Amino acid sequence: MPGAFEGETVTRRRFMTGVVMGAGGIATAAFTLPALAFSAGPVFKHEQWTWQPIGPATDFPKDNFVTRVIQIQQGPLGAAGEVNNTLAYVRSRNPAIDTEPEDQYNHWIALSSRCMHLGCPVRWTPAAERFICPCHGGVYDIRGMVTGGPPVRPLDRFYTRFNHARRLVEVGPRYSVNSELRRFSPRYPGEPVDGIGQYLYPRQFAQPKPPPGVSQKK
Amino acid sequence: MPRLPAPPLPKALQPRPRRPGDDGAGLADSLDPVEAGITAVDWIDERTSLSPGLRWMMFRKVPRGTNWYYTLGTATLFAFLNQAVTGVFLAMYYQPGSSGGAYESVRYITTDAFLGQFVRGMHKWGASVMIILIFLHMGRVFFFGAYKYPRELTWVIGVVLLILTLAMGFTGYLLPLDQRAYWATIVGVNINAGGPFIGPYLSNFLLGGADFGATTLSRFYAIHMLIIPGAIAALIGAHLYLVAKLGTTAPPWLKAEPEKALQPETDV
Repeated sequence: MPGAFEGETVTRRRFMTGVVMGAGGIATAAFTLPALAFSAGPVFKHEQWTWQPIGPATDFPKDNFVTRVIQIQQGPLGAAGEVNNTLAYVRSRNPAIDTEPEDQYNHWIALSSRCMHLGCPVRWTPAAERFICPCHGGVYDIRGMVTGGPPVRPLDRFYTRFNHARRLVEVGPRYSVNSELRRFSPRYPGEPVDGIGQYLYPRQFAQPKPPPGVSQKK
Repeated sequence: MPRLPAPPLPKALQPRPRRPGDDGAGLADSLDPVEAGITAVDWIDERTSLSPGLRWMMFRKVPRGTNWYYTLGTATLFAFLNQAVTGVFLAMYYQPGSSGGAYESVRYITTDAFLGQFVRGMHKWGASVMIILIFLHMGRVFFFGAYKYPRELTWVIGVVLLILTLAMGFTGYLLPLDQRAYWATIVGVNINAGGPFIGPYLSNFLLGGADFGATTLSRFYAIHMLIIPGAIAALIGAHLYLVAKLGTTAPPWLKAEPEKALQPETDV
């Protein structure tokens, strides 16, 4: 297409079309992209965690569980009411059955009540010494290991520690475990962390960081 | 553009011949309400040229054998309109507060607000009706072979509409924020997280963080009442445009009748 001048490669009409299209595109992107990033922001933001006291050390037996309601998220908007609560089943570490290596964060075993199939709340049944899920029949033993049903990994756990100043047991962030009770960064229920599963379901940026000095696989 | 034949006027609107003894002392033509209505419509039409488009949309030729199954799409459309209207008015009373406000406002709508139980019931049961109708409509199109050339794009848009409708069901289920709503959402988000690689991040996006938190409910509410309905309305427009442009198919049990002009000549 010939231009207005000799040797002109871009005609005025094409130039104007390009300018108008480009300006429209930039104007649209100027409000669309920030809005999209704004909505996706929480995916990349580390959530904060505070240690929550759950009672004196004598509260927790070695061979049975005590339940404690704890808060799962302390976002900038504060407590979200009951939806913010979750249940932890807590007992003291029992060297006879707890064979995973001991450190300062597992003198008390705090299991999450979320079933590792799809996240329903499991219930400890003392007579059977099993956790049983009401939704699809997941079953776990006293260590949280899967003994039946569809769950893909043992029950998630919370870090625990003893606060010497307040003389209270405290609960920290949640972590996931594989079938050898190796620690992993928290995953959603239904995501296996054995074998290839740990790569199919990578670490989430939004999950709170583990306490300092703890070895937790990403 | 060839002019389509105008449909016959209903009897009430047809001009009546003057009766014997009527000397025109009654209503003047300009005060006749029918005349006034026609004048107003003409005024708009002169400025917008809407009537050819409306006639093109409303008075289409349909193939022989068209039957009641062909009304399922319109039925789904009306189910959507019911959801849109009742939803807009439910939003006048609903509060997306996850520390109890949502449950309380739904309880108020159901038990105290005038006609609240009825409007909420229309929205709640209408949701199931819409899901049922959209699947029946899809089945009709599939079994009648109406998705074939040149209507593939209509089918693709319809599938997107189906997915968006299911997403409406998922996001709307949380809004009453009772036990069933909460745990169904937990399970649904965890199913979503089961997608490899991007599943966990999609769930983070849906929840607005790693866990169900203070902004999850308002996020679901915004998706449910603004984002998806807008997309559904736009896509319904495209879907209907294609239906009107391409026409509907005859039922598969009717044999094609070749036109006389196209039949091969035979020796007589």
